[in-house]
Amino acid sequence: MSIQVRDLRKTFGHFKALDDVSLTFHSGELVALLGPSGCGKTTLLRIIAGLEYPDSGAVLFSGEDATFTHVRERGVGFVFQHYALFRHMTVFDNVAFGLTVRPRKQRPSREEIAKRVHRLLELVQLDWLADRYPDQLSGGQRQRIALARALAVEPRVLLLDEPFGALDARVRKDLRGWLRRLHDELHITSIFVTHDQEEAMEVADRIVLINQGRVEQVGTPQEIYNAPASPFVYGFIGDANRLSGHAAGGWAELAGLRVPAPEFGQSEPRPVTGYIRPHDIQLQAGDKGEGVAVRVESVAQVGAALRVGVRIPNGDTALQVELPHHGGHWPFQVGEPVRALPCAARVFARDGAH
Amino acid sequence: MSRNRVIPGFGLSLGYATLYTSLIVFIPLAALAASGISLGAETFWAVVSHPQAVASYTLSFGASLVAALINLIFGLLVAWVLVRYTFPGKRIADALVDLPFALPTAVAGIALTALYGRNGWFGQHLESWGFKVAYAPAGIVVALTFIGLPFVVRTVQPVLEGLERELEEAAASLGANRWQTFRRVLLPALVPALLTGFALSFARAVGEYGSVVFISGNMPYRTEITPLLIYSKLEQYDYAGASALGMMMLVFSFVLLLAINGLQYWSLRRRGGG
Repeated sequence: MSIQVRDLRKTFGHFKALDDVSLTFHSGELVALLGPSGCGKTTLLRIIAGLEYPDSGAVLFSGEDATFTHVRERGVGFVFQHYALFRHMTVFDNVAFGLTVRPRKQRPSREEIAKRVHRLLELVQLDWLADRYPDQLSGGQRQRIALARALAVEPRVLLLDEPFGALDARVRKDLRGWLRRLHDELHITSIFVTHDQEEAMEVADRIVLINQGRVEQVGTPQEIYNAPASPFVYGFIGDANRLSGHAAGGWAELAGLRVPAPEFGQSEPRPVTGYIRPHDIQLQAGDKGEGVAVRVESVAQVGAALRVGVRIPNGDTALQVELPHHGGHWPFQVGEPVRALPCAARVFARDGAH
Repeated sequence: MSRNRVIPGFGLSLGYATLYTSLIVFIPLAALAASGISLGAETFWAVVSHPQAVASYTLSFGASLVAALINLIFGLLVAWVLVRYTFPGKRIADALVDLPFALPTAVAGIALTALYGRNGWFGQHLESWGFKVAYAPAGIVVALTFIGLPFVVRTVQPVLEGLERELEEAAASLGANRWQTFRRVLLPALVPALLTGFALSFARAVGEYGSVVFISGNMPYRTEITPLLIYSKLEQYDYAGASALGMMMLVFSFVLLLAINGLQYWSLRRRGGG
């Protein structure tokens, strides 16, 4: 089922949680709402779920207005960051809850419920825990049970609020891959909230980046990484060197580095901020040739990459450079003079206007 | 086994706790038992099985149970209102709940008697409908309810405050209506606290004396509670008889509190806490 939100606004006191947000979620896709804490992403999710109502704007489910439909009738499965499992019920009863609270006429028979619960527990690979209580499970297991419970009512949409936020790094990584596979199996329209860009990049079909109640950019993980639409996105997704400088005549001068800036064709220089990814800088040995002369300050190997810290002497600017590395000795040593050459950069006007 | 404990001071703290409970609880109770036993089995039995005594047990424990039950229901309601809603004067209402703790029970008894007596604000109307409260068992229940109210409120309140809103939201998103959410999600989480509050309120009511003597009228066989019977025995210098009745109360109370504790243990076990 597709979901549309239109011109959503929501304030809490003087705090603007959502400021004119319009988005479309296509049927069957897995979308991440990504942003720093307090950016409004959870509020957006809760409004879609019906756990919160907007001050203005509309939520449409398959084109039908659902803005003020009660969460009970909305047909959404909601997974909470802290699981919200019912502690006095067994795992089985937790998963069965949504079926057993149905009015008698729509309630499946006892055997049918048992069958469905076990099928769901198999789906989350925890069938052997049916008789345990939530307190006896690990965090990762609890979250999978919470997911099974949400799926039991056959929701039209699955909404997950920081589903892996309370888990430790290792489990989080496992569950990410698992969620992706589960989604590929079920194809239920899913939206999940996260502040972890890596999680969003790895799991989601599309990412919605939110900052201060507004949508900064919407796109596939590749689009967002390769073509960030704003300085905020650059700062939030991946690493980037942030450099101040001036631009004029289609070129920008950033601390001695010259990069193309086609948006700035005017003749008088304007203050700009440029962003260069660490892997978009090349280093060349020697102090003659293209690029700007820098001095190597640190070298460290991280996995298959070499992280080189260099400093531009005149402006006293530090740059992070990432080079592919396939074993052997390091091509650069600390203290060595080299030349840095940017091969891609993005320049934004510093006052916010082009 | 105490050699390698992480938390030190086991020996000292256990010793102190034992000494303290011995001085404050066990030794006085032992003295009570000794005094009661000095009667000899036959006399003891004659005292404790006297119809007047039996009537007083029934009244004491019956009224206490009814009062604790009333407190269970309305204490939960008061706690719910105090936790869930904001309203002007909430702080004051919250402080008022503790008043029965602080008020000398005799004062409470006099106030209630004034209210429910034949000429009191409530009493005159109730009496005209043929409902007698003061100088009747109902009056005892009213007094015991009054003094027991804070227990349920104060035990349930923190648990209710600690319940995550998310539990209710989860239940609602799964299609449960308000009543189902309360009945199947909230209430089970509150059961241990409710049982504690019930037990405390009940225990307090069984031992209550001050407020009841004023409102009950103290008619033998009808409105005479066991503590009062004990007191009247003391006034007649029948210390051994008073002790015997005291022992009976002790045994009943102990059995009932043990049963409530057992219930609590069972309800905790059910959530896998052990």
